[in-house]
Amino acid sequence: MTQEIIFRTIHCTNDLPYGGIGKPLNTFPVAASHITRAFGDFKALDDVSVTINAGEFFSLLGPSGCGKTTLLRIIAGFDYPDSGSLTFDGKDILDLPPEKRHVNTIFQTYALFPHLSVYDNIAFALKLKKRSKEEIDEKVWRFVRMVQLEDHVFKKPSQLSGGQKQRVAIARALINEPNVLLLDEPLSALDAKLRQNLLVELDKIHDQVGITFIYVTHDQSEALSVSDHIAVMNKGKVLQIGTPYEIYEAPATEFVAKFIGETNYYPATVVSFESYKDEYLVKALVPELGGEVLVTDFEPQEPGKEVAYTVRPEKVHIATELHTKADRLINSYSGVVEEPVYSGFQSKYFVKLDNGSTVKVLKQHENYMDDGPDIEWKDHVYVSWSAEDGFLIKEMGQ
Amino acid sequence: MKEHDIERLHARNNQVHLSFSNIMLVFVLFFLFIPLIVVVTYSFNETKEMNFTGFTLQWYKKLFTDSSALWAAFTNSLLVAMLSSITATILGSMAAIGIKWYQFKARKAIISVSYLPMVLPEVIVGVSMLIFFSSLNINLGLFTIYIAHTTFNLPFVFLLVSARLDEFDYSTIEAARDLGATETQSLFKVVIPSILPGILSGLLMSVTMSLEDFVITFFVTGAGSDTLPLYVYSQIRYGVSPVINALSMIVILGTMALAWVCKSFLKTIAANS
Repeated sequence: MTQEIIFRTIHCTNDLPYGGIGKPLNTFPVAASHITRAFGDFKALDDVSVTINAGEFFSLLGPSGCGKTTLLRIIAGFDYPDSGSLTFDGKDILDLPPEKRHVNTIFQTYALFPHLSVYDNIAFALKLKKRSKEEIDEKVWRFVRMVQLEDHVFKKPSQLSGGQKQRVAIARALINEPNVLLLDEPLSALDAKLRQNLLVELDKIHDQVGITFIYVTHDQSEALSVSDHIAVMNKGKVLQIGTPYEIYEAPATEFVAKFIGETNYYPATVVSFESYKDEYLVKALVPELGGEVLVTDFEPQEPGKEVAYTVRPEKVHIATELHTKADRLINSYSGVVEEPVYSGFQSKYFVKLDNGSTVKVLKQHENYMDDGPDIEWKDHVYVSWSAEDGFLIKEMGQ
Repeated sequence: MKEHDIERLHARNNQVHLSFSNIMLVFVLFFLFIPLIVVVTYSFNETKEMNFTGFTLQWYKKLFTDSSALWAAFTNSLLVAMLSSITATILGSMAAIGIKWYQFKARKAIISVSYLPMVLPEVIVGVSMLIFFSSLNINLGLFTIYIAHTTFNLPFVFLLVSARLDEFDYSTIEAARDLGATETQSLFKVVIPSILPGILSGLLMSVTMSLEDFVITFFVTGAGSDTLPLYVYSQIRYGVSPVINALSMIVILGTMALAWVCKSFLKTIAANS
């Protein structure tokens, strides 16, 4: 099953420029500003503003209940904000019903029409538009080929697998030539392997049709791997909008740092700062690490300011001997491996420092050319990282 | 397992045991079907006596040529069954859809009230209908029977359609709207076709219940508007006429044919959805 999908992915995208659907479609930017939506006492969206460029793959990322699906439903026209505005290509469209907006949605539950065949599901929008039989037939087959469902055209949705249903949903939405495609956790009902493959396929389809994709997900690895921009949401607010790189390497708030990937997170106080290369070198007191750390930042930080200091586990170097590099400013601590967790291609170590705090370390397993002995339970080790690899979080509590 | 062991196992499975469940099975079948067999047998009996004297088709002849009152009652029954089941199906389906997807005051109250005609004893429903109609000075007749039948059919349609709707994914409607369907188009092109098996079983159930209802009809009928069950009952008071036996035979055959058609029909729909 999975093998077959991988093969098809490659086959489909290489053979058919623009996915064989003809031309790239027209698209437009989407801007939501100051949108608020409450359900009773619960604020699903609290003064949310996002601008989505024409043609980009934009992800709304957050835990369940953060408001991402509500925002998507407002863009689709299934829900209405209490206040705020929504524009497509600069024109306000809040008063348009869903069928008048040039957007289509892929639903989490697929939402295929159970009484119609795959063919009729895909043809649904064209039949409503009263297109000629020949035009419908020609177009449906083109999209059937694009999603590689030729063998299943006359089956009912109940006879399809989850991945196949998802492909029908994609074809059914794209045949309508939307200017924007909305995807509401489209892969969450599929198993992990299939999810990865369909994600790659979605990305290729995005490249082929060239329209704006707005992708809702709670899975940070999905969002990081395909998005042009990500908006991280929590409790009805947008906390940060940025490229996957910015979101991961420079999270703006405590929530973003902890939600995206894994991290070591410690409260800290700014001690002093000085100019360093193009940036600033900040000295911060981190009680849990038992002293001061050096960290680079784009902005000067006011001494005495309460911040948080964080470093990603994969940025931490772990070795049985002290690591030094002359041209780097390095933070080093010694400790004992309390808990090694082996997971095939990498290992995770919980290192208990001499002062009692814990540092998480991720180490990629390479090969025997990699120097140094294996690190085991109860080994005495040094953990170290460069000043550039840690960062300061200035907005705590959200 | 050796071959003779397998044979012994087969022999044991084929043996009829005198177990409790088998005895119960025989009893149930006996009480269900003996009366029917008796009725069918007597419909071919020469005399009105309770012992079989000889084969005849005269009661069937009388049924079809010389029973205008019976056929008038049959027409009444059919008319009421058709009208009330169609009305109940339309109202019940709309109620089920409305209650499932729209939020309004007294929604919960309406749900519990709509099951009342189903759970109340028929006598109570009949009496209250009678009091209701007479207090409004409505003449008792086919119209009041029609209203009464629609009332007691409604909860069954409501129940069956609601059950079907529970399996229906609401985002399917949003998908239809999203693909350009108006609210009305999504109702007729998506919702109704998807819940059609529920609607049809509601309709069939209504027809059956309307055709066979006696108690409630008895209270709300007027002069000259007897339905078939009422007519049969009124005839039986003067002794069982073999014509009724002949009618029973026809009805049994008709019902079996209808049940078979419905079953295969519903099977095709189920296979397609």
